[in-house]
Amino acid sequence: MMRADDLPRLLRGTPGTPHTLDEHNSVFATTTSIPSPLEELEAAGVFGRGGAAFPTARKARLLRSQRGHHKSVIVNAMEGEPASHKDAALLSTNPHLVIDGAEILASIIGARRVVICVARNNTRVIARVTKAIHERERRRSRGVDLVLQTPPWRYVAGEESALVHWLNDNESLPQYRPQRPNILHVNGHPVLVDNAETCANVALVGRFGAEWYRALGTERHPGSTLVSVTGAVERPTVIEVAVGTPLRSVLSLANADPAPQALLLGGYGGTWISGEHLELTYDNESLASIGASVGAGVVAVLGREGCGVVETERVVRWMANESARQCGPCAFGLPAMGEDLAQMSAATRDAKLAHERLIERCAEIMGRGACHHPDGVIRLVRSALDVFAEDFAAHDRGEACVGAGSTRHFLSVPRLEHEGELIWE
Amino acid sequence: MGVKRRLAAFHLEVDPIACDGFGHCHELAPELVALDEWGYPIITPEPIGASDPALTSARYAVRGCPRQALRLERVKDAESRR
Ligand code: SF4
Ligand code: SF4
Repeated sequence: MMRADDLPRLLRGTPGTPHTLDEHNSVFATTTSIPSPLEELEAAGVFGRGGAAFPTARKARLLRSQRGHHKSVIVNAMEGEPASHKDAALLSTNPHLVIDGAEILASIIGARRVVICVARNNTRVIARVTKAIHERERRRSRGVDLVLQTPPWRYVAGEESALVHWLNDNESLPQYRPQRPNILHVNGHPVLVDNAETCANVALVGRFGAEWYRALGTERHPGSTLVSVTGAVERPTVIEVAVGTPLRSVLSLANADPAPQALLLGGYGGTWISGEHLELTYDNESLASIGASVGAGVVAVLGREGCGVVETERVVRWMANESARQCGPCAFGLPAMGEDLAQMSAATRDAKLAHERLIERCAEIMGRGACHHPDGVIRLVRSALDVFAEDFAAHDRGEACVGAGSTRHFLSVPRLEHEGELIWE
Repeated sequence: MGVKRRLAAFHLEVDPIACDGFGHCHELAPELVALDEWGYPIITPEPIGASDPALTSARYAVRGCPRQALRLERVKDAESRR
């Protein structure tokens, strides 16, 4: 039996060698019977791991109240964040845990179908999920249908309305949703979209109960969580920690630089925090005190020798290129912000002007896209202007730091594709 | 005026995907809609009161938008401009 305070929970096993169904059932042998999964989920306090940290039970309850005989559960393992590898690691270790959780959610909302979405280029994960689905299909005659879908990889393709749009019309473009929370539909039927890690947490509650689940984590955010650590680390890793672990321990567990200059938390639409804040714990309550959140579970570490101005510019330029170009403020505004940052990172004569313009543009563009893509970029830029204020000031004066000239970068950014090459289908 | 009444109030909302940025709305309701440097509308965050003359221009803008990208949303319990 798995001890409640033992880690890893979600990543128990060997990454890359997924548990077979039999192994899975013995490693995660059920210890309790749960009369009402929805109430148990509520008691466990499971929250979403895709970024918004919304209570999973509340979302399931909303979908349960929807009518329809053809509802489905969509497992979102798209992982649009280039720095995030947690869903891939999870599905490469415990694919059945994710499917278990999705099936529990399906039974709660009355869905007959579970659709697992993995980005097309992630061929290894696709192979593992396919195998897990076959294993289950061979075993049983009834139950929910399991389907694998492989949309093209784009940063915004994992945004839930974009994902649903692709499932409906083969276009990975976010939709305009004036009312929230709003119920998404595939082929006219209501769907529940949850992140893969969220599903795995649901499965743990289903097997061991809420009390067991709450042995780790904080009161408001119980359980453990996966963190993709990149940047100034020996090599990029995915680790599992209890929610509320001090940032310092997160770094040491990942063999990261113990005294970094700064951390980028959440993802490429996340928040820079200064390396002074390592005493904070890794949970949303604690991080909120400095305006950050765990977001999609990315911790990108910037070493002392790096330049925050340059790193931010590279990320923003890439994010601008990933705009779905549906909304004017996003399609024109983000590249313009990238240009401003380019002036600043190269410490040109116009850097100071670009700095002022960038601040204005942040205010002008905020909240004006159909999805939160531009808002994420603005959050990143604003936090950079704050955390690297001295560096920005130096760049404005035309004194780029040593790090700015180096070719070593801490944040990995995919190759900038030409607009015509971007595949939305 | 110093008196604030709790009356029905409205807010102009734009569907940024539908909007093509030609800026007719700015011409029809200049007091509510500014344009950004690329010609896309920036709508005032202030709710429009039921007796505010701006509401008439807001209605013009909604009707005049060639892409039907604008809507008037009722704001719940907001304090109106006048
Ligand atoms: S805000 Fe940007 S990414 Fe989001 S829908 Fe609009 S154009 Fe696409
Ligand atoms: S009139 Fe309509 S389409 Fe034109 S800029 Fe205004 S909202 Fe956009």
